[in-house]
Amino acid sequence: MAIPILKQGPWLIASIQSALSDSEILALRDDLADMVGRLRARGIVIDVGGVDVIDSFVARSLRTIAMTTRLRGAETVIVGIQPDVAVAMVQFQLDLEPLHTALDLEEGLEVLKSQTNGAPDHGR
Amino acid sequence: MDDDVLVTIETDVDLVRARAEARAVAERLGFSRMDGTLIATAVSELGRNIVVHVGAGEIVVRPARQDDRCGVIVIARDSGPGIQDVEAALRDGYATGNGLGLGLPGARRIMDEFEIESGNGSGTTVKAVKWRMRDELERLRDRR
Repeated sequence: MAIPILKQGPWLIASIQSALSDSEILALRDDLADMVGRLRARGIVIDVGGVDVIDSFVARSLRTIAMTTRLRGAETVIVGIQPDVAVAMVQFQLDLEPLHTALDLEEGLEVLKSQTNGAPDHGR
Repeated sequence: MDDDVLVTIETDVDLVRARAEARAVAERLGFSRMDGTLIATAVSELGRNIVVHVGAGEIVVRPARQDDRCGVIVIARDSGPGIQDVEAALRDGYATGNGLGLGLPGARRIMDEFEIESGNGSGTTVKAVKWRMRDELERLRDRR
């Protein structure tokens, strides 16, 4: 099942609604890298609210997404990390550095706006 | 034991089911959602090691009762070539596959007990246990 990616103005919003297999998250990585260029997006919000666990593979994949899309000119913010998932990540000693995180979609979009503030607008 | 749940691990899709089954066993035993997520995260790492390094194996999730506590036992088994250096595999950053070498050490930090048996030709068995104090459970139940 592909993860839906919506375009809202200069932002892409990927919303993960259910538990994720490794291949699904790799597909998301590839889709986002492609769409950032095709849709000329300047920021991405990935909502992981439906993700059952963030283990080492998922954490690494999210980092890879952020770094790949940054090379393509877009910033990424991860939102919706559930409290139990956050606790597990801390005990596991996983972190999402250098990723940006925010509580929810609304906050994530605010982070993106401030991140890309002052950047020249290329008429996107 | 009929309470055992066995999940055959062959592809990354099986990891999703293994995590859900482990969470379900933990919930049945009265573990909190937090602890269910911790156990599911460890199961995910152990299962991925099977998928990435061996290609096939199984995960058994088993309720455990001992004295005044109950717990969840996770057993990840494969009949692959085995881990050459178990101690090294438990160190952060020791990677032999495509990963960063965070999986096993992270899983060990999450669980209360963690042992690896890996010998020549006999594959690898990882056994991990997460305990839940029963009196703690009862206290929580009373509060509801």
